[in-house]
Amino acid sequence: MKLHEYQAMQLFAEHGIPIPEGSVASSPEEAEAIARRLGRPVVVKAQVHTGGRGKAGGVQPASNPEAARQMAQQILGMEIKGYRVNKVLVTAAEAVVSEAYVGMILDRNSKRPVLMVSSAGGVDIEEVAANTPEKIHRLSIDPVTGLRPYQARKLGHALYPDPGQARQAAEILAKLHDLFWNVDASLAEINPLATTPGGGILALDAKINIDDNALYRQRRVAAMRDLAAEDPAEVEARESELSYVKLDGAIGCIVNGAGLAMATMDLIKRYGGEPANFLDIGGSSNPKKVVSAMKIILSDAKVRAILINIFGGITRCDDVANGIVAAFAQLKPAVPVVVRLAGTNEKEAAVILREMNLPCGDTLDDVVTRAIALAQAPAWA
Amino acid sequence: MAIFIDRLTRVLVQGITGREGLFHAQQMLGYGTAVVGGVTPGKGGSEAAGIPVFNSVEEAMAETQANASVIYVPPPFAADAIVEAADAGVRLIVCITEGIPANDMMKVYPHVKAAGARLIGPNCPGLISPGASKVGIMPGSIVMPGGIGVVSRSGTLTYEAIWALTLSGMGQSTCVGIGGDPIIGTDFVDCLDAFEADPQTQAVVLIGEIGGVDEEVAAAYIRERMSKPVVAFIAGRAAPPGKRMGHAGAIILGASGAANDKITALQAAGVPVADSPIELPGLLKKVLGNQEKAPAAKRSAKVRKTGKGGPGEPRAARGAGNGNTREADAGEAPAGSGRLIAFRTPRRSMSKTEVCPSLAHCAKEEIS
Repeated sequence: MKLHEYQAMQLFAEHGIPIPEGSVASSPEEAEAIARRLGRPVVVKAQVHTGGRGKAGGVQPASNPEAARQMAQQILGMEIKGYRVNKVLVTAAEAVVSEAYVGMILDRNSKRPVLMVSSAGGVDIEEVAANTPEKIHRLSIDPVTGLRPYQARKLGHALYPDPGQARQAAEILAKLHDLFWNVDASLAEINPLATTPGGGILALDAKINIDDNALYRQRRVAAMRDLAAEDPAEVEARESELSYVKLDGAIGCIVNGAGLAMATMDLIKRYGGEPANFLDIGGSSNPKKVVSAMKIILSDAKVRAILINIFGGITRCDDVANGIVAAFAQLKPAVPVVVRLAGTNEKEAAVILREMNLPCGDTLDDVVTRAIALAQAPAWA
Repeated sequence: MAIFIDRLTRVLVQGITGREGLFHAQQMLGYGTAVVGGVTPGKGGSEAAGIPVFNSVEEAMAETQANASVIYVPPPFAADAIVEAADAGVRLIVCITEGIPANDMMKVYPHVKAAGARLIGPNCPGLISPGASKVGIMPGSIVMPGGIGVVSRSGTLTYEAIWALTLSGMGQSTCVGIGGDPIIGTDFVDCLDAFEADPQTQAVVLIGEIGGVDEEVAAAYIRERMSKPVVAFIAGRAAPPGKRMGHAGAIILGASGAANDKITALQAAGVPVADSPIELPGLLKKVLGNQEKAPAAKRSAKVRKTGKGGPGEPRAARGAGNGNTREADAGEAPAGSGRLIAFRTPRRSMSKTEVCPSLAHCAKEEIS
């Protein structure tokens, strides 16, 4: 789960990481009031779950409260890479001498968290990593003993020649490390970590991703989820315990298992179609899940055909077939539905579906090509 | 032979009184796995599926001399269950549970390693050595004994691939689901290493997916260390970056984890990559046929050619540049002279009594 910058800033503040003064606003009036309270020039920043907001005009300076209102007016409602801006963060504008990068992420390869710092912050850190990897210092952290103070000091000195600033940075790194574990983050990043003319250091941006698997014990953080920033179909899918990702194509997919769901999408593309979604109904055979899945897919106006691909190991094909019958009765889909139910109880499933006379096929490749043909048929064009 | 589990594997079921644990304990027993005990704290002294239940893994180990355990406990308690098994001296720990926080697994992994145990999973379907033992949830009905090792990050996609192999008459030595989480106990290289050392295994199917660099690491291992042929399928070519595709570990982050990078790395290591799971048997026949004809690779199992050749051409000749003759033989063998590996005739369904006990036996059956 991604947090917005203002939410991540709140967690920074709670952990003692210095941040600029500021607050979040949902309207131009609120933005103006915040700027008035701060009593100095501000920056108005779009709160969206995507990068590149600066380039899109989603980050604007404002020298007075009226200008802050105008900027908020301009940014709120803006679309950045398909994400609508519903909130802006209004913070005190800081004079910046230098910008560094600090980030802690889960490194799958070493099965450990890694802390990365670079004095070349403020720009795309992946570019720095690709072109000048020597400018990035990486520290693999022992998950049991954690970040040791000497390690934090070493990284602090790698960032700043000034001993005072190096010490401040070491403290910030230790706090970021604690935050990472405390909130079950999979990523916690400060870019830029800025030095001010007075020699102070503070986080001018904040990015935190939370491990979805840990949300059950991170209730407060879980409550920060911004439903308005997500696709409504994805929200509904999560509530129905379906794994769903919306895509752009015309062929809706209902599959059991994430790997098979991906492979189904891949084959649709391979044979010249475009998948409308990724959808994994999971390992259970609850017929209700098929109904929920079909409802979500039918809510996508671009869908021209639905492909149901089930390989029954533990999942029973007859249960899924009953779900298909119920889904047809409740939802009366106006697009063709192609079905492949293979594996456990496939014969029973075939009996249940016999009267519906749905297009079907034996292999994955068969049903994929059939679904593509039906989606492209003139009746559905 | 086979890897990790065989007839001597004695299994404990942690969480045996739960819905999933009980169901799969029965399934494993039905397959012939030696399920010797169950563990549910507070239910010691009772029975589940006819198996004695203990309060702790330590107690169960003392009473049953188990050497493996399989975990079906809910995510908040699963990391603890893994540590408990490792501390009690279980050698093979298979964790089926999906949804364990990665931060817990980062702490558990080094502990299991230090205890000298092998962890498979979490978030995996477990493993099966056809005809010998199954630990986990893989359906026994789709496998058949033979010489193909299967290793995968997925569940149902693996079943799809296994079923395609079985229908083509290509039995399996062991099928391992290593799990879809970012932190897992046993990775591709661990399995490839075990398959390389296993006399029953003649070739390996590797099924990867987007996220991480495990497939790239596997490609390097195959190039440098592996003599047995490997074919692959990678799921997620159509997946958008930044979105988690069901599995916690299936996500393209920045420049890392895309399907094409994995495919390129595998092909550069001489591994043919299928465009569809149904192409896997054909690719296997091709690589095994090539190896058969190569003077350096004498195989003892003489078998007949079954079915038609697979649709997929290997896109990169195995062992390119090492000067042997494999590349020259890359074409399809003439009908009748093919000595492509197939261990028995395909059957639509298998029962336990039909299971063939060893590769040698199967191979002999085909020659006669």
